[in-house]
Amino acid sequence: MDRVDHIVRRSRFFDAFFAVVGGLILVAVLIVLFVLIGDLFYRGFDRINWQFLTSFPSRFAERAGILSALVGSILVLIVTAVCSIPLGIAAGLYLEEYAPKNRLTALIEINISNLASVPSIIYGLMALGLFVYKLNLGQSILAAGLTLGLLVLPIVIVTTREAIRSVPQHIREAAFAVGATKWQVVRDHVLPYSSGGIMTGVIIALSRAIGETAPLVTIGALTFISFLPSPPLTPEPPFISFKWLMDPFAVLPIQMFNWISRPQEGFHVNAAAVGVVILIITLGMNAAAILIRWRFRRRIKW
Amino acid sequence: MVNSSIYPVKAEVKSLNFYYGQVHALKNINLQIPEKKVVALIGPSGCGKTTLLRCFNRMHDLYPGHTYSGEIVLHPDEVNVLSKDVDPIEVRMRISMVFQKPNPFPKSIYENVAYGLRVRGIRRRSILDEHVERALRSAALWDEVKDRLHSMAFNLSGGQQQRLCIARALAIDPELILFDEPTSALDPIATAKIEELTNELKKEVSIIIVTHNMQQAARISDYTAFMYMGELIEYDETGKIFTKPSKKLTEEYITGHFG
Repeated sequence: MDRVDHIVRRSRFFDAFFAVVGGLILVAVLIVLFVLIGDLFYRGFDRINWQFLTSFPSRFAERAGILSALVGSILVLIVTAVCSIPLGIAAGLYLEEYAPKNRLTALIEINISNLASVPSIIYGLMALGLFVYKLNLGQSILAAGLTLGLLVLPIVIVTTREAIRSVPQHIREAAFAVGATKWQVVRDHVLPYSSGGIMTGVIIALSRAIGETAPLVTIGALTFISFLPSPPLTPEPPFISFKWLMDPFAVLPIQMFNWISRPQEGFHVNAAAVGVVILIITLGMNAAAILIRWRFRRRIKW
Repeated sequence: MVNSSIYPVKAEVKSLNFYYGQVHALKNINLQIPEKKVVALIGPSGCGKTTLLRCFNRMHDLYPGHTYSGEIVLHPDEVNVLSKDVDPIEVRMRISMVFQKPNPFPKSIYENVAYGLRVRGIRRRSILDEHVERALRSAALWDEVKDRLHSMAFNLSGGQQQRLCIARALAIDPELILFDEPTSALDPIATAKIEELTNELKKEVSIIIVTHNMQQAARISDYTAFMYMGELIEYDETGKIFTKPSKKLTEEYITGHFG
């Protein structure tokens, strides 16, 4: 048998070896990430100015802007949020709190996780058939919002369920024990205590939606659009208009894709600038998610 | 086994059987709970004492695969709380519970106590205020928290949190309170306070307490039920159980031969 100090030395060596290798891999990955982001910022950041944000696309790179794409992205995201948030939270809540635990719900659960990993282009194809042709929504903001809504719905459901599961069972029992109904337990306890986690999930889902390109290409997002959708507010009664839902649209990542595929150098700079705008929006949303989670964690400790 | 000296009776367990799926966890339990007394349930881990306690407020209904047979009749109106026709919500409004670990809601002290009233739809501030104060006084917590009713319950110490949970259970004016090892997570001083409290509370309400601690059962209960492997072995006045038990098994348990 080996002497104890040999065994210890060998164990120590593997211990240190693993820490060093892991650390190196981490550093390498981070360097690649920072180089990519740094390159994007280096090439595109100076191009971002008021003119760039408020101009329509143009044949001339220096006159072109992202107004229509920015507005399109925001409107599509609103539709996505409106349809995926209530549905996703309700579905997650039902699965976690109400649904009986049997084979059927197990099957549904597995398939929701599967849906989250279906390539987004598949959603685009399905949306083209269903929303654009069957439901006759055309190549509209509504069709795009619904498509992205479907795409992020599994993410919202999964994060909602995780957030709900983090509420300890003894809190539910405490509420039941004074005579609360299931709905009262959900409304007064489960939802309020898990809302930090749910909001985080929603924001992360939406920040994923804002960068999605493929499904919107298949349903026919425009790449060159020099007008805005109809305004949501009108001067005459009833003051609110939903005509914009049926208008054609462009979104930021498609604008970026369009510019990057042009030969002129000026458009490549524009593409980098759109990339920076998308990154800033996404990182901003993720930062908000982290902030919300942190604030809720601080208030509630089990 | 049924003690004829128990009078008046608050609740009566009649040939109760309970199953966790296939597992027969309670076997033909018969037991009378006297009014305004403390009944202790003792026995080794896994003997079914907590299972029995949770039958009283139908806590088992929250989980699938749990089945009862038999009755738990609540006096004076002779309602069988285990009946399918009786809504468990109604049962829990009459029989409240204090849990093993203090489990206040992450809300204010006030809202914790008021919650049982809120689920009944009581919104009038004056009624809520009155009940909250009374419950906190009964739980011997009022003097410690009266100046910070709206601060978070988590800021209280463990013992205070448990007394808050007792106040929450008292606020709905229950007829019977179930204590599930309420002091197992508390230090000796906090434990002594809770034990003292049960002595006060039994003037108003009937109490069943599950405890691992035989000294505690001897100190605070009027009647003691000894359970073993899902069966009720012996049920008698606490003094008798701890001085001259009639069953060999009871004697072995209380003298520490097993458990």
